[in-house]
Amino acid sequence: MKPPLLTVDGLTVLFRTEDGPVLAVDAASFDVAEREVLAIVGESGCGKSVTALALTRLLPGSASIGGSVSLTGRSLLSLGESQLRDVRGRDIAYVFQEPMTSLNPVLTVGRQIGEVLRRHQGLRGAAVTRRATELLDMVGIPLPGRRVGEYPHQLSGGMRQRVMIAMAIACRPKLLIADEPTTALDVTVQAGILDVLRDLRGEIGMAVLLITHDLGVVADIADRVVVMYAGRVIEQAPTEQLFAHHGHHYTHGLLDAVPNPARHAEGGLREIPGRVPTMRSSPDACTFADRCGSADDTCRTARPDLAPGPAGHLVRCWHPLQPANAVLPADIGEGPR
Amino acid sequence: MTLALEVVDLVKHFGPVRAVDGVSLTVAPGEVLGLVGESGSGKSTLGRCVVRLLPVSAGTVRVNGRDIAGLSRRRLRPLRRDFNIVFQDPASSLNPRMTVGDIIREPLRLHRIGTATTRRRRVDELLDQVGLQTDVGRRYPHELSGGQRQRVSLARALSAGPTLLVADEPTSALDVSVQAAVLNLIGRLQADLGFACLFVTHDLAAVEFLAQRVAVMYLGVLVEIAARSNLFSAPRHPYTQALLSAAPIPDPLLQRRRRRVVLTGEIPSPVNPPSGCRFHPRCPVAVPECARTVPPLRPVGPARELVACHLVHDDGSGPRLA
Repeated sequence: MKPPLLTVDGLTVLFRTEDGPVLAVDAASFDVAEREVLAIVGESGCGKSVTALALTRLLPGSASIGGSVSLTGRSLLSLGESQLRDVRGRDIAYVFQEPMTSLNPVLTVGRQIGEVLRRHQGLRGAAVTRRATELLDMVGIPLPGRRVGEYPHQLSGGMRQRVMIAMAIACRPKLLIADEPTTALDVTVQAGILDVLRDLRGEIGMAVLLITHDLGVVADIADRVVVMYAGRVIEQAPTEQLFAHHGHHYTHGLLDAVPNPARHAEGGLREIPGRVPTMRSSPDACTFADRCGSADDTCRTARPDLAPGPAGHLVRCWHPLQPANAVLPADIGEGPR
Repeated sequence: MTLALEVVDLVKHFGPVRAVDGVSLTVAPGEVLGLVGESGSGKSTLGRCVVRLLPVSAGTVRVNGRDIAGLSRRRLRPLRRDFNIVFQDPASSLNPRMTVGDIIREPLRLHRIGTATTRRRRVDELLDQVGLQTDVGRRYPHELSGGQRQRVSLARALSAGPTLLVADEPTSALDVSVQAAVLNLIGRLQADLGFACLFVTHDLAAVEFLAQRVAVMYLGVLVEIAARSNLFSAPRHPYTQALLSAAPIPDPLLQRRRRRVVLTGEIPSPVNPPSGCRFHPRCPVAVPECARTVPPLRPVGPARELVACHLVHDDGSGPRLA
């Protein structure tokens, strides 16, 4: 078997804040294979975005990063800043949620895409504009020859996000990290962006690490899913397997909390009582224990490992759900009072 | 029967921007009408006109049979206890310097409802109804989570006992698991208290969960109104079909089998909306007629549901895009 494109092993991110340390990512480990779309899902504060940024050390100085990240066998966290700059944009590119805050409002679209081409590919002059126009065409922007000379404010939100993707794929990266790329967009626009990501994966053979809270998007595009909760990876499975045979009680709660037109929830949506805890350090316990209806003393006093569960995929739970019996009515209680 | 809300030919222009351009809809007492649309459709503007947070440019807004569109602020004030609104972001719609109890009490005080003692009791009762403990009343909004703050917004909106609640994207700023709790709560409160609700959102799944009827807005006008189950199982307007097909279903087996209606182009500017049917430049099945005449919102099919499309026949049949 081919080695994975990206290997993340024991990634830990600790922020020093005025209120003391915050453990944002707690020994996260996962792989991304070539041409794979891996989704990291979770709610606010679960550590998914910090994980994405930590991969190329795009974090402020208050963060200390531990563990290892390697791209095609090359360790990224030990690289110097200038070497990392070569990796960012060339081997690993990012697309963020809000394109307007990621684009420079006073530079034309062509100029901004050109910056990547100049920096990493040494293109100059008319070749830059030509290539930028090609890239805009690749991401489905109509009239790319005209758009290349326009400013971000002249474009709609969907078009701006396409520009961000054009910029990200300018150097045919091996890995595109897309952090909530469609969250700020309308659904009809989102559908177009997801199509672009899908097409590009085939065209330039890149893998996509998709950070999202939207299980609909995950169902649409992801090959595999990593579920994060309170800084830890708590479940990891191929997409269909995760939706059908999830083992973690949190994953179960999350899936049932989403209104699903295909599966009427007449009795109300499932609520998960309580809130996501902020971790100061890594507890010897399951971080979901306080909100889980199936938790017992083991859950509160011993840390579960991410290990193969009843359905065969990785689950971090002392009492994982059985695949044939993935719906236990009593495992998550009524809403908070 | 007096309708809880009756909007007739409502127009709201911001200078040259025709945000709402002739919308008529009704909400029956105790009914939840979902109003869906994408950015720029005018759905939030409509919601704000309904509660007169924005003055209307033309048209009628009747709440319990009384036209409030043209009333002066002074004459409107006593009527305001009958309707209220909940916003998307509770952090920016709750006064940070007031305690939760004072926030919820404010409408009672303004409308001179009850005495100090009964108001205090009413605040406790409301906190309980929205699933908060009574000691939350002594806390400030910044001490609460997003979901708790949205519960406070609901308690405030409902404290004077309105017959109509406008909910403008009430769950869009919340996390998935918190959204579920707030949607459940709105459904439960609505069933218990019986107010009518105009539920404005871009979240089709939330509407499907909560609304009995659904109105779909595109570029300032309504394109379709139908019972929830009919709209989701057999959308008639091409735009409704495209919108529903674009929203991914959180089920990989189903989602990957679905056929999607891909729209070309972008939502046009509301300054110069397209001629005829506003959706025609992006509509995959448009015919020349669509660019020429505006399709009226007219009743079709056995249930006489409303759709504005030249291509939908009187019996409700019409183009199927996916």
